Amino acid sequence: MNGKVVTITSGKGGVGKTTTTANLGIALASLGQKVVCIDSDIGLRNLDVVLGLENRIVYDLVDAIEGRCRLPQAMIRDKRFETLFLIPAAQTRDKTAVSPSDMVKLCDSLREEMDWIIIDSPAGIERGFRNALAPADEVIVITNPEVSAVRDADRIIGLVEAEEKGPAKLIINRINLSMVKRGDMISAEDVVELLAIPIIGIVPEDEAVLVSTNHGHPVVLNEKSRAGRSFMNIAARLNGEDVPWLELDEKNGFFNRLGKIISGGS
Amino acid sequence: MASLFGKLTEKKHASANRAKERLHLVLIHDRTDLSPEALRSLKDRLIEVISDYVQIDANQTEIQIETDGREQTLIANIPLKSPRVR
Repeated sequence: MNGKVVTITSGKGGVGKTTTTANLGIALASLGQKVVCIDSDIGLRNLDVVLGLENRIVYDLVDAIEGRCRLPQAMIRDKRFETLFLIPAAQTRDKTAVSPSDMVKLCDSLREEMDWIIIDSPAGIERGFRNALAPADEVIVITNPEVSAVRDADRIIGLVEAEEKGPAKLIINRINLSMVKRGDMISAEDVVELLAIPIIGIVPEDEAVLVSTNHGHPVVLNEKSRAGRSFMNIAARLNGEDVPWLELDEKNGFFNRLGKIISGGS
Repeated sequence: MASLFGKLTEKKHASANRAKERLHLVLIHDRTDLSPEALRSLKDRLIEVISDYVQIDANQTEIQIETDGREQTLIANIPLKSPRVR
């Protein structure tokens, strides 16, 4: 097997990296893929609670890297999908406990067993981000339709390009269409135009995301949720399927126009 | 008609447009590491150097950064003065 390493990053904190990692992991596993999600935010462990696996942790990423356990011992199997695993972050260490070459080595051994290795990057552009970027075959940048998140995303996209890991793919998270319509939120089209990288998903703002996170049950498991369906579509696109864009706003064909921009752009 | 006009002006003043304009400028400067101040000084020095070789219209000279995707290009528009008849 020759698994693909996908790093989920954003620059700014709080835009939805962990939520996206958890949902893409679940979605890909539900498509029958073997997936491991790695929480690389050492010292600020979070992916375990979002996935609802916090009570199963024995060993963590740093234990595996420093040889206190074998790699499979640090891989927690999901309760819902037996092809989904989590490698949790260490909680009592910091980013310097791991180096970019440690991450490359770790991912190289995981590639043999897995279809997908999804790395949840910490916020920022420092060591933790470098660790998450080093093994990546593909980089997904998450942003929100908001000035500071878009600016930080642009910075990260530049760094990914400089490391010759580009072009990154874009997910715009928490779009509120009624705010876009009344002109008080930058549209997905505008964000794509500003950042000028290919887009792989648009996720609407949806209360169901918080509710499902409260339960440790990622929203992609909820078929009624629009955000959940968006995450499922992103996973299918990653998996090479040609998924049509959700018509979130049928009246003026917003997503049709967006589709044209994407296919016409670079 | 009045309501349409109202809608148009409302759109123009809506905060999303402002956000987009501000982001457009800030991203250019982030990507090029060139502040508006530095750009002005570049323009002044450019005018100085070019004036050593050819007469130009300094007031009409424009210099700006254009964006195409993620590429930035420095565009200078420097009108030449027609040579004086001696």
